[in-house]
Formats: sequence, structure tokens, C-alpha cells
Amino acid sequence: MKTLRVKDVDRCIGCYSCMLACARHVFRSHSIVKTAILVRTRGGLQSKWGIEICRGCTEPACAQACPTGALTPRPGGGVIFKKAKCSRCAACVDACIARVIRLDDESYPIICIQCGSCARFCPQEVLAMEEQKNV
Amino acid sequence: MFEGDFLRVLNIDLEHNTFSVRERPDLKPYLGGVGIATKLMLENAAWDEDPLSPTQPIIFAIGPLSGIFPLATKVAAVFRSPLTGEWGESYAGMRAALSLRFAGYDAVVIKGRAPKPTYLRIDREGVFFRDARGLWGLDTEETGRLLREWEPGRGHRSTWRIGPAGENGVAFAGVNVDTFRHFGRLGLGAVFGSKNLKAIVVDGTKSYPIQDPKAYNAAYEKIYTEAVKTPRMAKYHQIGTAENILRLNRSGSLPTLNLQASRFTAAEAVSGETFGAQSLTRILSCTGCPVGCIHVGIYRRPHPEGYGYISTTLAYDYEPIYALGPLLGLDTVDKVYALLDTVEATGLDVISTGVVLAWATEALTQGLITESETLLPLQFGDETGYIRAAEYLAAPPNEFYRELGRGLAQATARYGGTDFALTLGGHEMAGYHTGYAFLLGHSVGARHSHLCNAGYSFDQKHGAAFEDAALVEYLIEEEEWRNVLNSLVICLFARGIYTPEATATALGAVGVAVTPEDLKRVGREIFRLKWEVKRRLGFSLENLRVPRRYFETPSGSGPLDPERYQQLLALYRQRLSEKLGMAL
Repeated sequence: MKTLRVKDVDRCIGCYSCMLACARHVFRSHSIVKTAILVRTRGGLQSKWGIEICRGCTEPACAQACPTGALTPRPGGGVIFKKAKCSRCAACVDACIARVIRLDDESYPIICIQCGSCARFCPQEVLAMEEQKNV
Repeated sequence: MFEGDFLRVLNIDLEHNTFSVRERPDLKPYLGGVGIATKLMLENAAWDEDPLSPTQPIIFAIGPLSGIFPLATKVAAVFRSPLTGEWGESYAGMRAALSLRFAGYDAVVIKGRAPKPTYLRIDREGVFFRDARGLWGLDTEETGRLLREWEPGRGHRSTWRIGPAGENGVAFAGVNVDTFRHFGRLGLGAVFGSKNLKAIVVDGTKSYPIQDPKAYNAAYEKIYTEAVKTPRMAKYHQIGTAENILRLNRSGSLPTLNLQASRFTAAEAVSGETFGAQSLTRILSCTGCPVGCIHVGIYRRPHPEGYGYISTTLAYDYEPIYALGPLLGLDTVDKVYALLDTVEATGLDVISTGVVLAWATEALTQGLITESETLLPLQFGDETGYIRAAEYLAAPPNEFYRELGRGLAQATARYGGTDFALTLGGHEMAGYHTGYAFLLGHSVGARHSHLCNAGYSFDQKHGAAFEDAALVEYLIEEEEWRNVLNSLVICLFARGIYTPEATATALGAVGVAVTPEDLKRVGREIFRLKWEVKRRLGFSLENLRVPRRYFETPSGSGPLDPERYQQLLALYRQRLSEKLGMAL
């Protein structure tokens, strides 16, 4: 299975289309607050962009840290999130080295499902879905 | 609009450090943006008071598509203009609209004068009044940096701030938005300054569920696909609007040397193509726009002591290049950047700055003013004098620069030279000497701007071969429809994508049920309301004067005749009166 990759961050124009696509398709929200991908400047708009994505770990630390089994490894990389099992302890937030997991207004983690909506709506081909090597 | 069947208006009183939120179902028929801002202006304007009186309102508004549809990226600002004394209307993009949308407000009305320099943080909790004494006097870049560092909300926050020009009441001072965009033109920066308001930080963190995902996704994707996968928006992304330099130069429509000419011998050297090849470093988008029209170039020059280099990044477009390039005879990319750097830092409007300096150069040559007024020589082609003069405009050292900072309509009343003062309807002209439609459209448009009705477009299509009635109908219909786009606050570059049908479909997908015909009716009603405000603020089509220079220098449609212009104006006045049902 494919996972998300940042192919060329230097092409990013900061349009946020990826974040809006994630909010729209995955979280059925209009807001970029509900998105599992984060596009940010590194210090004002004169700087370069940084893009935080779920790195699709094959041995995901967030799942290992999850005490309730709400997060489990996804075949091919990344995790599967079962909201019903989540105790909202935020252990996954602390475990993620990519610092991409945040909590929503109800304190549930916002988790990437590796669907590729963000890549499909990137006008600059900054993002792509690719098979993980060495899996 | 996501929280109930009403619009949320945030009212801020700077004098008493208080705010309130009102739910306004009655505003819904006016869509949003300039539509609701016009209604709010009618409610809040201090009709008999100076534009810089503390009682005058500043009104910001977004529309129902803002932040949730591609290219609906701008915020409308309405105020009484200190430049013309009447209707003030301006738009800014970057992250402004998205931040305001998710802070939870459809409009913001700011009144009063803060007792000391203040900046505002606006977020989902309301308004925080912060001490800005330490920011007063700082330029737009340093102000932006400090606010970025102090205020939380990275990624969904927008920072609007003024420089010294706004603080000092320059009538065409703008408000810099997120470094690369602006509320420019009619002097919103001076209105900020008059209220002791240095900046506003808007942080948008609310989340709204999508009510009808199927309809919304379909409407969103249709517009997104047109913007990204058809050639419709390509010109904005590639060379950008600066491609107009060569295009307008070829047709003899490029105002040059204070419109003593309509072709610039060095056009190639300051063309969009040259800017791109020599300096373009990156392209940016407003948030929620996949096009990327913001061209950021690097202005690189040797350190004056000879050690290393100094680099600054600046956004360029057609209008800044026109106003600081051909109009002033500045004939290299670096000369344009050098002056633009000062204009950006001080917070002046770039077009008006170019136009007033071009007039001052000619006035100096003709002896209407002397170096005892200008304090330095001003010469076409020499950027060094212009840089210092721009600094003087922003922080006037004498009466002359104070007068010039009130705009050319004011300055020429004192110093003469109206015949070559490039103002239309009291507003310094944009860069199109294309023909009658531009000349008339810029003069009669609500904000006296080429963006009111795009007369230049009619000129470029028809040249000298047109029927008077067709020209007048075009200007009126275009302005009516632009009132709709400006109420939804869609970027006008996307006007080819947001047709009446596509716009109605987009609105329907988020629960605003309208037909294309409904939208056109609303556009006309907003047009009528704007004219109601304009008349109450003292504007009349009877008083319009066009400087002789426009009739001396041939346009892209050939030589223009003042009598023909007057005939067109009379016809416009008659047709607009009929259409709006009011005596004009």
C-alpha cells in the first residue's frame, strides 16, 4: 500500500489546497484546523515552507504508545485509528517524532488515513503517494 | 453563516476598549463582502465629519464562499476615504479572508480612537486590545515580525499593519497584509493611524462541519479544476500581471514619464519577462487559491561599504512596475525595486506614490515648485531622489510633502499643474492609457479604480471603433457584476471562472439558494446603495474634470477628444440614473 511523501517542498506555493482537501474529504470540515497535514512557513512568508505529514512509519511510535488499541499499524505504513477505542490521553501526540498529530476541539487526535486526497489537490505536485521501500 | 441563519458582525469600540457581536439575519440578502459593508456603512458613517474623525467606521467583511472555495480569498474594507473624501473601498488577500472566516465573523466594524497606540487581536473568543506603543514608528516589516513572534496562531493567522505613512495621516497610506498583499489605494492606512490603530492580528481556529458534502465537493472540484487544469488562469501564474508592460507598450497604452508619452523606450528592461528572468525567486498563493499569482523577486545589491551583499524580497505586479517604472522613467529592475522597497516599508500606496512623484517631477521642471519645496532634485530616471521623496511623503519634513501626501487633487489646488495631474475622480490613475472606456470607467467607478469596471478591457477589444451606448452599457453591467464578486469577495482574476451560473451553483452547495438572475439583481442593488453613500458623502458626476494631459497624449485607441468624453459622461449619467432609479 502507498503512503504519503513530500516529493519537492520547494515547489510549494502555500495555497493550502492540500489541507483544505484533507479537511473536506476526511474530516468533513471546512476548516484547516481539522487536517492531518500542516503547511507552515518557517518564520514569516519570506521564508521557505515546511510541510508536516504523517511519515507512514512501518513501526509507528504513535500506535506503540497508544494504551487502548485505538491506533494500530496499517499494512504498508501509517496507522489505522478507531475513535471508539480512543481515551483521548494524547500519548500519540507526544510519541510522534514528526509532530504532526494534534488534538481536535474534542481532544481526539487528528490522524492521517493515507488516502492521498491532499496529493490529488496539490497544484504543484509537491506531494505524492508512493510505495514504501524496504517494507 | 455557519452558526445560524444570520451573519455575525463584530463591533469594536477603540475608545472604550469594548466589543460586542451582533447576529444580523437582515444582512443576508446582501450576500457578504462589499454588499454588507455598504449596508453597515449606511448605518455607521459620520456623514458630516472628516474622514479621519474618530467617529468614522472601518468596516471589514467577507462572503459566504470565503475560505471555503478556491479563489474566494479576499477581505473587503469600506471606509470614508481621506484621499477623495468620499467612498473608500479596498481589498486584500493572502491569509486575511480565511483567518476572519474561522475566527467566526462575517464583518467587523471598528469605531473610535484608542487613547494610546493599540493593536487588536481578533479570534474566536472576541477582541483583545494590546499596547502598541512599542510598535509605533516601526516599518511594516518589523511590525509584522514582532507580531508574528508575539501572537500565537501560526498557520491560520493574518497580520494587518500600517507603517509611518499611515501613522502620519498620508491620504493614500495603505495597510500591509501578511507581507506581500495590501489594503491599498484610498487611504485605509491613514484611517488606521487616525484611530491609533497600528495593527490587527486575526486568528481563525473554528471548525465548521460540511452540511452537504456531495454538493459541496462537486462544486469545489469543478472550480478548482478550472483554475488548475485549464489555461484560464495560466497568465497569472506564469509571467503574472507584469506581462502587461510589453503588451500595453506595444499598443501605446503604457503611461510613461507622467503620461507625456504612452510608450516607454526601456519597456523591455522593466517588463514582466525581465523581472522574471532577473529576479523572480518564488511564487506564492493567497490561502485557498491554487493559482499562485504572487511573484516574489529578490532585490540584491552590494553592501555600500563593499563587503558582501544585501538582499530583500519584494512582491511585484503590473501596477507597481508601471507606477515606479515607466511613469517615473526608471529603467531597470533594480531601480524599481529600490523605490518599491521604501514604499513597502513606509506603508504608502504604490500607484498613488508613483503618480504624485511623477507630477512633482514635471511641476519642478515647469517651475510651479522649486527645490526649496522638494528639498532635492527630482528627475525622471533617477531613483535616488524618488527614494528620499517617498520617505518624505511618509514622514513629511515640510508643508510641501504634507500637501503632496494629501493627494494630487489637494496638492494641485495649492500649487497648480492640474492639467498634468494624473487623477480621475480624485484618485491617482492606474496604468492604462487605453482609451475612452478606461478614462470614463476610472472616473465614474465607485472607487475610481480600473478595478470597478475594467474599462481598459473594452478599449483593448474595441479600440476606436465602438458605439457610445455599447461602451456605457459595458461599464455599468461590468460594475454591477463586480459588486456580486466583491460581495462574495472572490479574486477578480477569477471572474472568468465564477460566471453567474457557476457562482450560483457554488452558493447553492453551501446552502445559499440563489439563481444567476437573483445575483444580478443583488449586484444592481448594491451598486445603488454605494451611490447612495457616495452622494451623501458629496460626490457628484457633475463635478468630474479630466486633466488635459489625457487628451494631449495619444492613447492605445488613438487620440482622445474632450468633447467626446463629455458626451460619453453625459450618456453614462443618464443611463445609470435610469438603471439605478435615482437622480445622479
